[in-house]
Amino acid sequence: MIKVKINGQEQSWDGDPDLPLLWFLRDEAGLTGTKFGCGQALCGACTVIIDKEAVRSCITSINDVAGREVTTIEGLHPDGDHPVQKAWREVNVPQCGFCQAGQIMQAAALLMENPKPSHDQIREAMSGNICRCGCYQRIENAVHLASTGV
Amino acid sequence: MNFIDNPRKLRGFEKNLKVEKISRRSILKGLGVTGGFVLAAPVMTRRAFAYETGAGKMPHGVVVDPRVFVAVAPDGTVTILAHRAEMGTGVRTSLPLIVAEEMEADWSKVKVQQAHGDEGKFGNQDTDGSRSTRHYLIPMRQIGASARTMLEQAAAKRWGVPATEVKAVNHEVVHSASGRKLGFGELAADAAKESVPSIEGLKLKDPKDFRYLGKGQVSIVDLHDITTGKAGYGADVRLPGMKYAVIARPPVTGGKLVSFDPAEAMKISGVEKVMQVRGWPWPSKFQPLGGVAVIARNTGAAIKGRDALKLVWDDGANGKYDSVAYRKELEEASRKPGLVVRQEGDADAALKAADKVVIGEYYLPHLAHVSMEPPVAVADVKGDKAEIWAPVQSPGGTREDVAKTLGIPEGNVTVNVTLLGGGFGRKSKCDFALEAALLSKELGTPVKVQWTREDDLHHDFLHTVSVERIEAGLDKDGKVIAWRHRSVAPTIASTFAAGAKHAASFELGMGLVDMPFEIANISCENPEAAAFTRIGWFRSVSNIPRAFAVQSMVGEIANATGRDQKETLLALIGTPRIVKPAVKDMWNYGEPYDSYPIDTARLRKVVELVAEKGEWGRQVPKGHGLGIAVHRSFVSYIATIVEVAVDDKGKLTVPRVDTAIDCGTYVNPERIASQIEGAAIMGLSLAKYGAVTFKDGKVEQKNFDDFQVIRMDESPVVTNVYIVPPGPDTPPSGVGEPGVPPFAPALMNAIFAATGKRIRALPIGKQLEA
Ligand code: FES
Ligand code: FES
Repeated sequence: MIKVKINGQEQSWDGDPDLPLLWFLRDEAGLTGTKFGCGQALCGACTVIIDKEAVRSCITSINDVAGREVTTIEGLHPDGDHPVQKAWREVNVPQCGFCQAGQIMQAAALLMENPKPSHDQIREAMSGNICRCGCYQRIENAVHLASTGV
Repeated sequence: MNFIDNPRKLRGFEKNLKVEKISRRSILKGLGVTGGFVLAAPVMTRRAFAYETGAGKMPHGVVVDPRVFVAVAPDGTVTILAHRAEMGTGVRTSLPLIVAEEMEADWSKVKVQQAHGDEGKFGNQDTDGSRSTRHYLIPMRQIGASARTMLEQAAAKRWGVPATEVKAVNHEVVHSASGRKLGFGELAADAAKESVPSIEGLKLKDPKDFRYLGKGQVSIVDLHDITTGKAGYGADVRLPGMKYAVIARPPVTGGKLVSFDPAEAMKISGVEKVMQVRGWPWPSKFQPLGGVAVIARNTGAAIKGRDALKLVWDDGANGKYDSVAYRKELEEASRKPGLVVRQEGDADAALKAADKVVIGEYYLPHLAHVSMEPPVAVADVKGDKAEIWAPVQSPGGTREDVAKTLGIPEGNVTVNVTLLGGGFGRKSKCDFALEAALLSKELGTPVKVQWTREDDLHHDFLHTVSVERIEAGLDKDGKVIAWRHRSVAPTIASTFAAGAKHAASFELGMGLVDMPFEIANISCENPEAAAFTRIGWFRSVSNIPRAFAVQSMVGEIANATGRDQKETLLALIGTPRIVKPAVKDMWNYGEPYDSYPIDTARLRKVVELVAEKGEWGRQVPKGHGLGIAVHRSFVSYIATIVEVAVDDKGKLTVPRVDTAIDCGTYVNPERIASQIEGAAIMGLSLAKYGAVTFKDGKVEQKNFDDFQVIRMDESPVVTNVYIVPPGPDTPPSGVGEPGVPPFAPALMNAIFAATGKRIRALPIGKQLEA
């Protein structure tokens, strides 16, 4: 039996220990905010935060996170008012929105590590997250806004 | 016009509207709180405005009826129905916003509800072709005005005053003479009893009184949910007892399953069943390809089970499709005369007499849509009833196709439209929903079919592959006196009818025969090209290769004559005029030519605007270059300037993009900007990396590592968008698609300015590194 804490709640799993965390979250735990975009750590849609680090849940097995704390978009802030989420709304970032949970989790992790990233640091840190709609300019502006308040 | 000219005709729709009862599913109950009937809904046919659109000619036309689209609850909440699919353009917000504007509803008290697929009730729901605003601006205004009039009439009756003395203002009706007011909620029940006013008598608001339209201060309705992970996309639907499926499909289009061995797959923990899925021969419009499905308790187990399947396929006739060989075929075809689709003057003779002939042969490979959300659908089929939840661009078409595929009446099929995680034309084709329906029927339980990214790349309805060859004849003063454009590409019609080898008229009308330059001798030709895979429409469709060729050629002519790109472009566009190409029944995006002509004054205007705002001719650092391009598509006019920087290793970056768009009367400039910003990135993606290639009939790319798209570290640093203010009666035109075509040629012209290298074949790949 694998035990893992997701958004503060303990969950357990006694199926295939190799099951990617992504599918545990989405299909078993019903946390569908985390998205599937590639399954190969190429797009970032499935990004969650594990112990303060942004992680691609599609290539992370449930066994790998046993005993650890996983935060998904649903658990980032109780009212959805994390500074990154607020900045995203302020800047009207999303188009289709599908990539945005992953983008927001990546940005939140970035700001934990580096509260005042530069233009180049933002572009570098966010470039593992694809947005096919092409919201990059606004994503960059929103990360900047979340980090500086302006 | 036969069906190949208009594939949508294949939908077998019925023109006549039926009187039908609102189903229980519809939470909307008309204006009032009690249930009602949808009466024969008036179809808008008359000329109500200074312009007409092609909306009435779409399957099922337009329904203008407030009782279908608007409900007012006693607490004042106004629910407005969004009957178009949201894939990132903002339409789910923009169309209801138009209703709210006319109705004088307070947007903060409006709830938007997504309509299920029912074109008999809602009118055409096919969300593609950049048509929603242009077809629905007026009908949505009329719906809002009707609802407002009904509320006003109800208030006037309550007070016993003439209706002319009352006025709806911001969610209330007021009688200013007596100072009395009634909220919309208080009037809801009475208003529902009022008869729907005739369209002819409706008073629409004066645009100067608009609170929302054209202002861009309203965010999309899903914004909060998107940022908290609550927004519901196709894959987020979960039903009790639902199974999870992935499907192994024939690797070659038209291939067949010979045999399969499920034994190893069945050993995977969580796998419950392995079963065959019915496939249809190619081509068969959007019918499934068939294959073997693995059914499991979660998607991860289904994927692992599929990996363990042993499968034997017969590749069939398309097993020889090879992109390297096919490119040669297309190039050869482009060098010989082909079907003449536009002829003015004598291009042959003029080319022979020309002082100089500039020749450009341009190659653009297949592209995949790769919307961020791969295709996915949930189906629950019980007996002769089916319910679907899916991210589909055409819920009405999906409903028809599900009914046909299962052999049940259309009325027994409910199609619920989720948010789409991107569409770009891929999700107009509902094969994934049909697969889910077939599986659910056989399993007797709800099932979700999830496509992986590899599935998406291998079984897309790809953007075509093309060679565009242009020969421009110049006289001794450098004036272009002859223009021959041959466009060779497999046609979308080949997905609907076996053996189609010439472009359909809607493809010809996308940048080939509608070429707007003022040249005396023009020949446009369309040599044959056979298809060997499923060809479909991709955001802006044939405009991508045509604009690429035509606008690159402008740069080549500028270079040949030693003139400025922008001046060359304006000289070619010529005098301000309405272009009348010598083409019979020229396809004009389905719009009447009177209302939506090719107007070179507007074309010139966007060039001049972008040149001014984008500081054309500015000094740029060494290794940088500026390029410009303009293109009319989806009846909008768009010009783009790209600044590129190429370093000494050939690495390309884009410091700045400027785009001017004239899309006529518009609803939400903030969403126009987001579409244009996104179009620049999609344009850069296809220019730098975009290629789906075939070997032995199979797609060679698998995922985002070998089908790359632009990421943030290489995206344009800044994209500026300038919107041409519309005249009072300028009809609305497309926004979602037309931003894409001018980007790549502007980039090629910029690269030439920066490096002296002319790139004629996409993607750029390593061509600058040499
Ligand atoms: S789904 Fe995990 S990185 Fe794409
Ligand atoms: S908003 Fe659509 S993929 Fe990013």
